[in-house]
Amino acid sequence: MGPFVARRLLQMVPVLLGVSILTFALTNLLPGDPARAAAGRHANAEQLEAVRDRLGLDRPLPVQYAMYMGRLLQGDLGTSLTSKQAVAEELRLFFPATLELLLATMVIAVSVGIPLGVFTATRRGSWADRAFLGFSYFGVGMPVFFMALLLQIVFAGWLRVLPIAGRLGLETVPPPTFTGMYTVDALLVGQWTTLLDALRHLLLPALTLAMAGTSEVARITRRSMLQALDQEYVRTARAKGFPERTVWLRHALPNALLPTTTVIGLQVAFLLGGTVLIENLFSWGGLGTYAWTGIFRMDIPVIMGITLIATTVYLIVNLGVDLVYARLDPRIRYE
Amino acid sequence: MRSAAFWMHDRRLVAGILIVGLFAAMAAAPWLFTSLDPAVLNLEGRLTPPSPGHWLGTDSTGNDVYTRIVYGSRTTLGTVIAVLAIASLLGIAVGSISGSIGGWLDNLLMRTTDVFLAFPPLILALAINAVLGRGLRQTVFAVALLWWPAYARLVRGQILAVRRQEFVESARVIGASRFRIIRHMLPNVIDPVIVRLSLDAGFVALTAASLSYLGLGAQPPTPEWGRMVAEGQMFLLDQWWVAAFPGVVLFILVVGFNLIGEAVGDRQDLQTRGSTATVASPAKEK
Repeated sequence: MGPFVARRLLQMVPVLLGVSILTFALTNLLPGDPARAAAGRHANAEQLEAVRDRLGLDRPLPVQYAMYMGRLLQGDLGTSLTSKQAVAEELRLFFPATLELLLATMVIAVSVGIPLGVFTATRRGSWADRAFLGFSYFGVGMPVFFMALLLQIVFAGWLRVLPIAGRLGLETVPPPTFTGMYTVDALLVGQWTTLLDALRHLLLPALTLAMAGTSEVARITRRSMLQALDQEYVRTARAKGFPERTVWLRHALPNALLPTTTVIGLQVAFLLGGTVLIENLFSWGGLGTYAWTGIFRMDIPVIMGITLIATTVYLIVNLGVDLVYARLDPRIRYE
Repeated sequence: MRSAAFWMHDRRLVAGILIVGLFAAMAAAPWLFTSLDPAVLNLEGRLTPPSPGHWLGTDSTGNDVYTRIVYGSRTTLGTVIAVLAIASLLGIAVGSISGSIGGWLDNLLMRTTDVFLAFPPLILALAINAVLGRGLRQTVFAVALLWWPAYARLVRGQILAVRRQEFVESARVIGASRFRIIRHMLPNVIDPVIVRLSLDAGFVALTAASLSYLGLGAQPPTPEWGRMVAEGQMFLLDQWWVAAFPGVVLFILVVGFNLIGEAVGDRQDLQTRGSTATVASPAKEK
């Protein structure tokens, strides 16, 4: 396992380099004055000059890139045009809320999607299977921002059972900060009412985001279960007289989970995009809301900061997926 | 070419074609579907509920929602076609060069696709679109830039699969130029590209609409469904029709595309299973 992890980490280096070159190119090479992009529309000539000097915009491009890399490695992602705060600092503040939302979404997608996929595969062609296939079109085709509106109308507007906005009720005092995720922090100090309130607020945005992921995970699990159930070893297992449940769960499922793992990793990329689309609607004070205001004000340093952090998260998740893969499938490790 | 009957017994395909065809008709001849103008200012008639005069009500500028939906199909379908055309042509060019020439160039091009694929899709599109500025053309460019690497890889893989086949060897033996050899190989790689196009159309529509929803894509008064949802969401509880109908329509179109994509994809699976279809190691497929 050790050499595999090392090799996999080494493979990330050129990709990370490429990612930084692309973001550098986006901010610095496109038509328009990068100094103006960094200083804002209302900067005067003196401020522009100062920014030009600080970013080294009069130097040759490779030097500029080296300076950019140097700043990135020191964790300097530039300054927000609107708040005048360091982007890295603001990202650190907003990140936990989004991480909480992502984790909750993944828990729903995996814990509903995998059993649903297994269930429908083992009852292929039944009404439940067909109903699920119909529903999965709904889950995959529904624009996530529209899904958010629908759920808000139903649960918050008509049924009035769930809060529509925010991470906690107005009367609830946030728990002491350890991780910045309210549910986890409340759990750590044992504030049960706060935990319950945070969970209630988490439910609607997480359900919204989980809709597409759950459908996708279930579809892939169903398909690969069906393929696995066609295999010779399943026939062998059945011939040996194992109960059907054992054949499904102990023989077919572990093999079927490989494609599911890939899909879960890919889903994280879509979720990161999804948070940008829905966080603002739910007044969820995370990266998505931060991105939304950044777009609204065309705050390029903020948008680039979010791009970099989202890409880093995605790369880490993919690394995790590959490690899980190597665990599930020994052939990969020894390749 | 397969006969029509071969395709038509798949109900998904029929349903998908009917849905997409309806919107294509709207885009091609919107005046057949509505006699109103999609962008006028009529403040007296703003936010009126659905009625015989305005089937789907009016929005906050007094425009007929149904008319804007009809004209919006132009924006959406036009975007999807432009994005897929740019992405697939660029992908075919890069992929065939990469696959047939090989060497360091192949390496460089493939590492470039790695970089593009390392970003979460919507986030990269959003960053490119924001740097280029608001507007539909910028959105088309941003989304196309997102999608070409998938085509480049697909085509490269196909080229690698056919380049040891006899007809390519013969072309090489008789001294055909590199360009000519690529031209001989291309028809053999086109089927998977078409399948991929049909599978991608729905996602492209969703991505472009998402960017417009965020305010980056089509600018008012251009009718665009994602933008219409964004404009309508502030009246959601009282004047629900402003946001609801464009959202539903976008959903229906995406489902239409996905139905076609799945039917075409399954057909391709059936045709290639056991012959050229190879099972790639999913850990490397990223």
